[in-house]
Amino acid sequence: MKKVYSRPKSLHNVANHYCPGCGHSIIHRIIAELLDEMDLQGKAICVPPPGCAVLAYNCLDIDMVEAPHGRGAAVATGIKRVQPDSLVFSYQGDGDLAAIGLAETMHAANRGENITAIFVNNAVYAMTGGQMAPTTLAGMKTSTSPYGRNPQNEGHPIKVCEILSMLDRVAYAERVAVNSPANIKKAKKATKKAFEHQLNKTGFSIVEYLSPCPTNWRMGTIESCKWVDDVMAKNFPLGVFKEVKCK
Amino acid sequence: MNKQLMYGTHAVAEAAIQAGCRYFFGYPITPQNELPEYMSMRMPQVEGGVFLQAESEVAAINMVLGAAAAGARVMTSSSSPGISLKQEGISYMAGQELPAVIVNIVRGGPGLGHISFSQGDYFQSTRGGGHGDYRTIVLAPDSVQEMADMTYEAFDLADKYRNPVIVLGDGILGQIMEPVVMPKPRKKLPDKSDYIVNGRIGRPSRVIKSFFVANKDLEDHNWKLFRKFQMIEKNEVRFETENLEDAKMVVIAYGTGARIAKGAIKRLKKEDENIRIGLIRPTTLWPFPSKIIKDTSRSISDFFVFELSTGQMIDDVKLALEGSGHVHFYGRPGSVVPAPSELARVMARQYYQLQKAKRK
Ligand code: SF4
Repeated sequence: MKKVYSRPKSLHNVANHYCPGCGHSIIHRIIAELLDEMDLQGKAICVPPPGCAVLAYNCLDIDMVEAPHGRGAAVATGIKRVQPDSLVFSYQGDGDLAAIGLAETMHAANRGENITAIFVNNAVYAMTGGQMAPTTLAGMKTSTSPYGRNPQNEGHPIKVCEILSMLDRVAYAERVAVNSPANIKKAKKATKKAFEHQLNKTGFSIVEYLSPCPTNWRMGTIESCKWVDDVMAKNFPLGVFKEVKCK
Repeated sequence: MNKQLMYGTHAVAEAAIQAGCRYFFGYPITPQNELPEYMSMRMPQVEGGVFLQAESEVAAINMVLGAAAAGARVMTSSSSPGISLKQEGISYMAGQELPAVIVNIVRGGPGLGHISFSQGDYFQSTRGGGHGDYRTIVLAPDSVQEMADMTYEAFDLADKYRNPVIVLGDGILGQIMEPVVMPKPRKKLPDKSDYIVNGRIGRPSRVIKSFFVANKDLEDHNWKLFRKFQMIEKNEVRFETENLEDAKMVVIAYGTGARIAKGAIKRLKKEDENIRIGLIRPTTLWPFPSKIIKDTSRSISDFFVFELSTGQMIDDVKLALEGSGHVHFYGRPGSVVPAPSELARVMARQYYQLQKAKRK
């Protein structure tokens, strides 16, 4: 019988620890498939964050260096400077990359470090119990914005790809979603492009994934996927924000 | 190599390069700017040398973390407020068992303090500094030559124990010029291929982490670190002594403080050839040379601690003495350099009072 679907060898043979319907497991799978297809498992070094993905190393079978909260881009910079031929990517959530680690992200991008930021935007701090994140939508209720995020008080959600695409040394910035088979396909294509840019040393690359967090959104899994389309993507438009020529 | 006249900061930087350091990540802060400036000039001249000015102290120490995980000899430098910012990264590196050298050209504090110098960072350096149950090796030079030698050695210690090592200078040691003989270039660097990340080819994947989900795992990890720290305490205590044999009072001071103390003792000896003052100068502040202090207290009961702070190392002296002996203290914390004559006056008063009391 022809095998049409199996576990990528870059994934450990374990049940993942994410909640049902969580986007992380899909993004892990995308990365693992690409590492296999592009023959990069032996070259890849991931910098996982504190948060739900802190145990990414239980799933992805590649070298990893844990970073303090928000410091992924700086740690990845240090690794990449020593090993310019490795594939180095940080795996970061919205609070990590766009709040506490915004300076590290901006400056690594501005220097054009040949690293890739895998940026998981689920609009909340998930692991800590669903607090307001820099990407929480206006009016959205979280455990620290119980009356809904009020832009007059807390500002509007930060649009990371739009901001980073203004920087000269950013090679590739795309926002995707992982809420439907069609979007997952696009997300994989975007991730592949980001890795290709890194391998070609064209500069900093980032892929932002709108990613369901049914647990903290207090929705069902199907409802969460629908909410990504109906609400999240309206605030965070999908698409390529920046792409330089790949050599 | 020939003797050359160098600033303390430059000597540290050059010695690091001779020790095989090829990565420097830093951020400007007075009074250590000459160190990153020198590195920005020198690193591009040496093969594989990378100098990167980070966007912050926090970013710099995390670049150090990444470079150490990837197997490099790597260094950062800063001064007190900047070292406070680095504590997060230092704690992570201690937890992840990553080697690095961190140079603190100490200035006055707390807060913005003063840009000149002080010894007010003793607690921060010797008590771990960041969160969690860990220690860093702390080397305390008192001359430009020692700034070079200890920086050079710091890399070996960091690699030997896979732990951050702090070179604790100060604004004076950083800014003075003295003749120095550079250590020879380190040809063979330690093999780190058994723990660094460089891609899982021909081996299982590796994770460099300090996070342990299971409580028991973290406890085991902490005991493992503890055993390592015990080894360091056993093997790496360093100090210098002067005239302990017939001393009636022993001065304990480190770094710039020890230099001033040496000047003061010399001056008193000139005035009174019968004066009997000895000196213990810790050159590792952690591990602290407790044993020599305790041993000395068997024959000498008076200890005079001098620090350029309101008294921090004095706690370790008291712990070492375990209640035996008397501890006297003199300190100048306000970024003021006391002249040897001033310290000599205070020491002499203490010394002669003690001798008089003994005669009674
Ligand atoms: S809390 Fe949210 S982000 Fe975390 S694993 Fe569950 S669904 Fe995923």
